[in-house]
Amino acid sequence: MRLHIDWTACDGRGVCTELLEEMLTEDDWGYPVLRDGKGEIPRALDGAARRAVDRCPRLALKLTQQ
Amino acid sequence: MTEALWYFARGSGVISLVLLTVVVALGIGSRSGKPAFGLPRFAVSMLHRNAALLAVVFLAGHIVSLLFDPYAQLRLVDFVLPFVGNYRPFWQGLGTLGFDLMIAIVVTSLLRNRIGARAWRAVHWLAYLSWPIALAHGLGTGSDNGTWWLWAISIACTAVVVVAVGWRLSTGFSRFPARADREVAARLRQPEAKQLEEVR
Ligand code: SF4
Repeated sequence: MRLHIDWTACDGRGVCTELLEEMLTEDDWGYPVLRDGKGEIPRALDGAARRAVDRCPRLALKLTQQ
Repeated sequence: MTEALWYFARGSGVISLVLLTVVVALGIGSRSGKPAFGLPRFAVSMLHRNAALLAVVFLAGHIVSLLFDPYAQLRLVDFVLPFVGNYRPFWQGLGTLGFDLMIAIVVTSLLRNRIGARAWRAVHWLAYLSWPIALAHGLGTGSDNGTWWLWAISIACTAVVVVAVGWRLSTGFSRFPARADREVAARLRQPEAKQLEEVR
């Protein structure tokens, strides 16, 4: 599974960077940046990724297959 | 038994109000994009949701107990249709109205992924309407409205919400205030553009 960030929707509130620290960092403006650039979700972070998707106040995060 | 129901109805109503106050404050806190109340952002967001769901539980208890209460004599229609009650219809109707709004807010939140962020957010604004309605309902219809403790709780809750809203409207609220620019409609930005012209 991969994590997809919809930049037009994201408002950089940073909830996801806290929940998914392993995958995301914040840029200078508080927007999340994928550490690996691709958003590949390791098995162990499945739950955390789902929680981040669920808690994003702008519904800017999506999980995509493959 | 009926006494117990009556106490439960009143108690659960007051607890709902206190919980809703916490929910409003946490909701505003989660909007700021900063850690708030000494909690990380994700915790503020989760507490906001969980406290809201708990408030719904207490509110359900509040209403159902009044349905069986021989004094209140609520009918099923009073759950949904405001201002048609037998007993202090206006104040009771505020309770019904607040409940309807709250159900709308909760249901749209649970269906957020279906209806989209825009519609969800639009309905979520109703929270600012339903909170004062709930407060007024408690003070107006409550059999405890002459008691010092209900006034103390109501005043404390009001203070919390007023401070939270004040914070929301203050310039230091957002983590990156400058960024808000991109959401300002063009016509609102005009004075700035005019200024620029004058400089030129
Ligand atoms: S939680 Fe959503 S809005 Fe906030 S930074 Fe992450 S993607 Fe953006």
